[in-house]
Amino acid sequence: MIEILQNLNFTPFLLSFKLAGLTTLILFVLCLPLAWYLSQTHSKAKPFLEAITALPIVLPPSVLGFYILYALSYNSPIGAFFKESFGVDLVFNFTGLVIASCFYSLPFMVQPLQSGFESLNKNMLEASYVSGKGKLTTIMKVALPNIKPALITAIIVTFAHTVGEFGVVLMVGGSIPGETKVASVAIYEMVEIMDYSSAHIYSAIMIIMSFLVLLGVYTFNHKQKFSGFIK
Amino acid sequence: MINININKKLHGVEEDMQLDVILEIEKGDFVALSGKSGSGKTTLLRILAGLETTNGIIHVDNEIWLDTHKCKSIQKREIGFVFQDYALFENMSVLENLLYVKKELKLADHLLEVTELGEFRNRAVTTLSGGQKQRVALCRAMMKRPKILLLDEPLSALDPSMRLKLQNEILALHKEFGTTTIMVSHDPSEIYRLASRVIVLENGKIINDGKPKEVLLRTQGSQKFSFEGELLEIKKVDIIYIAIVAIGQQLVEIVISGDEAKDLKIGDLVNVSTKAFNGNLKKNQTT
Repeated sequence: MIEILQNLNFTPFLLSFKLAGLTTLILFVLCLPLAWYLSQTHSKAKPFLEAITALPIVLPPSVLGFYILYALSYNSPIGAFFKESFGVDLVFNFTGLVIASCFYSLPFMVQPLQSGFESLNKNMLEASYVSGKGKLTTIMKVALPNIKPALITAIIVTFAHTVGEFGVVLMVGGSIPGETKVASVAIYEMVEIMDYSSAHIYSAIMIIMSFLVLLGVYTFNHKQKFSGFIK
Repeated sequence: MINININKKLHGVEEDMQLDVILEIEKGDFVALSGKSGSGKTTLLRILAGLETTNGIIHVDNEIWLDTHKCKSIQKREIGFVFQDYALFENMSVLENLLYVKKELKLADHLLEVTELGEFRNRAVTTLSGGQKQRVALCRAMMKRPKILLLDEPLSALDPSMRLKLQNEILALHKEFGTTTIMVSHDPSEIYRLASRVIVLENGKIINDGKPKEVLLRTQGSQKFSFEGELLEIKKVDIIYIAIVAIGQQLVEIVISGDEAKDLKIGDLVNVSTKAFNGNLKKNQTT
């Protein structure tokens, strides 16, 4: 057993984590203003924006993957622009995976943050404005620290969801070892070549890690809810 | 001196109404805003603070806060605001709540001293009682050394003894800092104790404005006292009738004649007064 583990190639896992980490970081920066805007606005555009951000949840990954693949390839103006201006390819490499993951995991970052912001006492935010503080200070010093459970949920679930993605990754990245062959794709290939023992080990590792992550999130949120002394 | 001339369409609970207020408030005054809920009191405070937009003008000490071209931002208005639900920053300690407004430790310590919160300065605000929370909110509002202190029913959720304590503290801070204070309140004793002027709003209009004694004392003519209450029951005892009336938290019995009893029904708002020897009970005309 130990021998098998020692001979196991962990590169797909490392790749999965690198992808998930980068995606989470980028989405956090991008989604913070978006989630804040959605939580505060009364604009008529709000339902449209909410529907668009939720699309990746309901769309089949193949649909999402197909359009992202098309948009990032040389055949589209976006792909052509990046190729001509910066000499960067956006498909079948790691950069393409990160971009695709950002679309795929967008709702998992936006929605918890938005509902967290919406649950805040509006008077608390107004008290901050009256105290002479602008929006940015209010978000960083008052809003975010008071939605810690939502914040942790958003970050962890986005990370875990990106680790678990398969369809989009396969379509946009293919399966290039060390570049785009993440854990989920590796498992798919092992099953395809009937290497069931490796598939078992990889899958078991995924299940255990996912469970531990979720357990961590729920334990944290449970503690937050029942402790008077948050500080 | 504060000059206010504003109008704003409000969507009320039952019907839309127009908040239409022309008001002049002397510097250093303590003004109580009274009136039924939904009459526009809180909205008026929020407009002054800049938390709500409106048409009209607001001048404070000859400085324009609002007119057709300009609207001074919430952050720049020299205002302290105490919310009914305290609205403390729950992620911070008592002291941090104060220092968030201004990093002035000496002032913060002084305010905590005045409000007897010194020993709680490092406590998380979520662990405080209602009265303590409201005192932290009051201190936080004073950290800006505001020109105008706005209080939105700050004591309505507290018990009577705590109210009295906080009323004294509000008055002390109002005097020490020389603020112009505007407080929304329903409690006549509170208004009488604190305010030098009371303004009564109804459906967005000012219907009464004067000294608390003139506005609040409801006795007419030779009445010695006069209370408003709700008629709970009328009992017939031999040839007379006894009406049971709830006045505030207190129930009283009044002897009335058969003719008077005929005009009254359970749930009526009535006025109980006395002239020489016997109590009078009259149906309230305003309802």
